[in-house]
Amino acid sequence: MTEMKYKTPLLDELEKGPWPSFVKEIKKEAHRPMVQDVLGQVERSYEEHISHWKHGGLVGVMGYGGGVIGRYSDLAHEFTNVAEFHTHRVNQPSAWFYTSDALRTLCDIWDRHGSGLTNMHGSTGDIVFLGSTTQAIEPLFKDLTAAGWDLGGSGSNMRTPSCCVGPARCEWACYDTLDACYNITQNFQDELHRPFFPYKWKFKFAGCPNDCVASIARSDCSVMGTWRDEIQVNQAKVLEYAKTVDIENEICDFCPTRCIEWDGKTLEIDNSNCVKCMHCINVLPKALKPGKDRGATILIGGKAPIVGGALLCSVFVPFLEMDPDSDYEDLKELTEAIWDLWGEHGKMRERVGEFIQRVGMSNFLEEIGLDPIPEMVMAPRSNPYIFFDDEIFETEE
Amino acid sequence: MAEDRITDIGPPNYEQFLPPVIKKNYGKWDYHEILRPGVMVHVAESGDKVFTVRCGSPRLLAVTTIRKFADIADKYCDGHLRFTSRNNVEFLLSDESKIDALIAEVEEYGFPVGGMGNSISNIVHTQGWVHCHSAASDASGVVKSVMDELLPHFQNMDLPAKLRVAYACCLNMCGAVHCSDIAILGVHTRAPVIDHGDLPKMCEIPTLVASCPTGAIRPATVDGVNSVEIIEEQCMYCGNCYTVCPAVKINNAQTDGISIWVGGKVSNSRVAPKFSKLAIPFIPNNPPRWPEVVEAVINIVNVYAENARKHERMGEWIDRIGWPKFFELTGIKFTKYHIDDFKHAGETYTRTAQLRH
Ligand code: HEM
Ligand code: HEM
Ligand code: SF4
Ligand code: SF4
Ligand code: SF4
Ligand code: SF4
Repeated sequence: MTEMKYKTPLLDELEKGPWPSFVKEIKKEAHRPMVQDVLGQVERSYEEHISHWKHGGLVGVMGYGGGVIGRYSDLAHEFTNVAEFHTHRVNQPSAWFYTSDALRTLCDIWDRHGSGLTNMHGSTGDIVFLGSTTQAIEPLFKDLTAAGWDLGGSGSNMRTPSCCVGPARCEWACYDTLDACYNITQNFQDELHRPFFPYKWKFKFAGCPNDCVASIARSDCSVMGTWRDEIQVNQAKVLEYAKTVDIENEICDFCPTRCIEWDGKTLEIDNSNCVKCMHCINVLPKALKPGKDRGATILIGGKAPIVGGALLCSVFVPFLEMDPDSDYEDLKELTEAIWDLWGEHGKMRERVGEFIQRVGMSNFLEEIGLDPIPEMVMAPRSNPYIFFDDEIFETEE
Repeated sequence: MAEDRITDIGPPNYEQFLPPVIKKNYGKWDYHEILRPGVMVHVAESGDKVFTVRCGSPRLLAVTTIRKFADIADKYCDGHLRFTSRNNVEFLLSDESKIDALIAEVEEYGFPVGGMGNSISNIVHTQGWVHCHSAASDASGVVKSVMDELLPHFQNMDLPAKLRVAYACCLNMCGAVHCSDIAILGVHTRAPVIDHGDLPKMCEIPTLVASCPTGAIRPATVDGVNSVEIIEEQCMYCGNCYTVCPAVKINNAQTDGISIWVGGKVSNSRVAPKFSKLAIPFIPNNPPRWPEVVEAVINIVNVYAENARKHERMGEWIDRIGWPKFFELTGIKFTKYHIDDFKHAGETYTRTAQLRH
């Protein structure tokens, strides 16, 4: 056991109890002076109820504008080994699949250049390496790229896209989330590494409306799998389920559009009224499956509260085919049209969702060349403050 | 040196990391079944099976631990594993007979198996005092304290539906907690204190003024130096100014604390995704174990578990019974802070006489 430089009675309390302890994790790397000082400084925060990190000068690798976040101690005179303690975001593989060898390579690299502490993973999706000096950044980057890994995004750029487990291990995936995520990430490398945007832009790829990556809440562009034909039903298996599941109460009653009927023998779905909520499929996974005509709904503009309040994404394209052979051209085209407009007219630190609210959805749609359709709103406007254009007087041909 | 620099290669292609059984049955899965808490099987149209064992993690992991996971994956899974969107670790096996030994080994190493089905999965969270400058509270310590108590719900599937808990240590919400069944959120409650000595040296005044979403900051001359002033009534403690200027100090040991929000969700199942709503506006920081926060979360979980119908998420249950009943059942006090006074506030007022009496 490594000897501890500081006494940490408060943190030691958090080694107790059954849930895995982050304090134990930190102590596992305490053979490094840097990690000893992290323990000392965090214990101080626990005593004083306040953070001792500060935001400081920008750091990064040559030619990139993101991927490394500068972190400095405000007690650097005392905890000298964490005077600099920078965060590195390393772009994760689609759906966070690894082999043991890949993980060992990453561990070896991080062992050589930093604290040995990580987050698996950050909320955007990246592998997060917590804590290195400024000097270590370029050599770390060199080792990473030599082994086939690259940094992720930070700052006002395209952030690292992420995706759900999708077709790799989920029968409900309505398109190939792993391929789409990889394709888009590779296609927009320049936008990922060099911040040219008013603020951050996040893509998240979910294979169905269960949205296991929280794309509707946590991304600017949510690509959510869906279908437009009939739910596939295996009636024999429904009957099997009916022995343990109360179909009327647990399925029909919970369907948001009440489009399912059950007569004790056959499950009848009015697919024209199904809103693809996934409830019936979730509860009867062996009997029901999404339809065969599959693609994705594209929703835009979600974000956490900063700056102007939290937003969920809203519908832009109700159904887009997501054929890998198309190279996702339609998605890329839509994205670039939005980036051009927002890039030119967005204010600093204005996410695209806030930009849309400021300029108005109708103006936004007109500029990017999308027609307004009723799927985009819960209801038409109820207030009469309409700004009319001249085109209202034109007669249709 | 520039010539051998490799850049812009992006992440490695995921295909090289997929287990053979997944490569073979990619996109051809037929159904899945949760065999017991933390263990599921996916069955392919070909009849092939892949078994998943999910275990909880503190997210902050030492390379020593990651190497241990790699060794376990070699021993039981031909070297294959993945991580989930909620920071759990999933071991992927093709051989069912190895499951028990694998579980015994990861649990022995201190990582509990569970988090599937109608359970409480891992708490997605942020950096806190371990690594962020604007944290109103620690993240890992609160999460650890809460999960120590919620563990039975991680290891069982005894809740009416899934219950997602998330934690963020300031309004930036790196963990985007705002759509969770229970969101624990660090809050600053006072406007930042300005160090007028440091400010002119460290910060650009126009950038600082522009950083404030509510326009609370304006240029001012203080004791002869060019600095800024903050109109306190206009500040909502977002800390944006501190991020661009370290001389504007948002952290305050006396007045920072934690708030609790409930009833949000992200999935589209049954009802549309929703934001979490305020339940408890402020609990003072009480490290190392934040007992008041833990107690508040447990109380909400228990009341929900006793009262919700099967399949109802927290927000669906509250919508059915109404917010007055939620406050009555949980014993949480309704205060003036619960009434929205930010943009679009009026949308949350009750504008109908449809009430439960
Ligand atoms: C400089 C101090 C900050 C630190 C150390 C920090 C740390 C982090 C980390 C480690 C992540 C996850 C990273 C990843 O997965 O790539 C993250 C994500 C995020 N950060 Fe920060 N952050 C900081 C400042 C901010 C600020 C100023 C904002 C907002 C104005 C912000 C908003 C977010 C959001 C919304 C996410 C991602 C949420 C999601 O994808 O679910 N952070 N942050
Ligand atoms: C084949 C069935 C499913 C698979 C393979 C699957 C896969 C996953 C995985 C791997 C995660 C992250 C794991 C974790 O919590 O540790 C996750 C999270 C999630 N799942 Fe699923 N899931 C399935 C079914 C469902 C269902 C039935 C729902 C909703 C009714 C759902 C909604 C969610 C949500 C909301 C999250 C959390 C996202 C977040 O907050 O980060 N999933 N799912
Ligand atoms: S979002 Fe849908 S397709 Fe993706 S893992 Fe979740 S349930 Fe499966
Ligand atoms: S998916 Fe949802 S809306 Fe569609 S039939 Fe099933 S329960 Fe009803
Ligand atoms: S939520 Fe706030 S305090 Fe916590 S890591 Fe993110 S920016 Fe820092
Ligand atoms: S904390 Fe936020 S609202 Fe308050 S002054 Fe700073 S930027 Fe403005």
